[in-house]
Amino acid sequence: MSKFNKGKKKDSPGISTASLPDIVFMLLFFFMVTTVMREVDLKVKLETPEATEIEKIENKSLVSYIYIGEPYDTKKFGTSSRIQLNDQFAKVQDVGPYVEQKRSEVDEVLIPKLITSMKVDEETKMGIVTDVKQELRKVQALKINYATRERLKSE
Amino acid sequence: MPSKRRALQEINAGSMADIAFLLLVFFLVTTTMDSDWGLARRLPPPLDINQPEPPPIKDRNVFVVLANANDQLLDEGEILEIGQLREKAKEFIANPNDLPDLPEKKPTKVKFFGDYPVSKQVISLQNDNGTSYDLYIQVQNELAAAYSELRNSLATEKFGVTYDYLVEVNDKPKISAIRDIYPQRISEAEPKNVGGQ
Repeated sequence: MSKFNKGKKKDSPGISTASLPDIVFMLLFFFMVTTVMREVDLKVKLETPEATEIEKIENKSLVSYIYIGEPYDTKKFGTSSRIQLNDQFAKVQDVGPYVEQKRSEVDEVLIPKLITSMKVDEETKMGIVTDVKQELRKVQALKINYATRERLKSE
Repeated sequence: MPSKRRALQEINAGSMADIAFLLLVFFLVTTTMDSDWGLARRLPPPLDINQPEPPPIKDRNVFVVLANANDQLLDEGEILEIGQLREKAKEFIANPNDLPDLPEKKPTKVKFFGDYPVSKQVISLQNDNGTSYDLYIQVQNELAAAYSELRNSLATEKFGVTYDYLVEVNDKPKISAIRDIYPQRISEAEPKNVGGQ
């Protein structure tokens, strides 16, 4: 009836979904690029403490990780804190060879830039952490990083 | 006109979105966004037995923080809450009123600042085998925060920008000048077992 609606009858065109794959692919590529596959299977509980004065580790390929915490499988391994290197439990004495192996894998000029990241559960006692630190000092792996979560500054 | 419409028909790409979604969901699930953040520290080199004993440090220049197996903090003989540590440490490091029991200062030539009285502070951190790692990190964090707050206020005073900003733009000479005035000296005692497990 209205004067705007005269003439030929238009059927609704429907929203074009042709760009949907493009959008999804864009997201897909974003996740493909940013994704890092988990390097190890964690065998210990890991709830790192919170801190504010933290720095980011820039080059992940130069980092060796040491995990310390209570084992998940407490029936089998007990409840006392254990050290995990790569995919298995280790003793304190194994830390030195582990770092040295990492050292042998990288280029010689990069050796001073190697960082040992200690990912330690917040309920761990300092005894085992100190032992590991002593072991790291023995092999001259002096650059360390205590992994922490970020806490928002309360200011 | 139906004949014109048929000419426009394309390959049906409707399923492409499904495939892409499938892949997307896969990567969404497997992705771990945990970037590595943490407190960077440098361990002291291993002790050399032949090395002579270092000269003793005057008592007033050392700020002793003890953390025991019951997660209590003791600073210079008094029990302290973790929240108080930062202010205490700041007061100790800067010694703004030149108190006789806080660290002595030695005029040192620093770029941009000229002769600046730099305090000879050392913070000594001692912990027990039974101290929880959480407390240890909190103490480290508070001490680092004390240093960075002092550095920030000094940089704001002198250069009009914070120390964090200097680090961000990587202004090396200014950073090292600030670091010369407030060097981060946190020493950790050689481990000893006092409180037992």
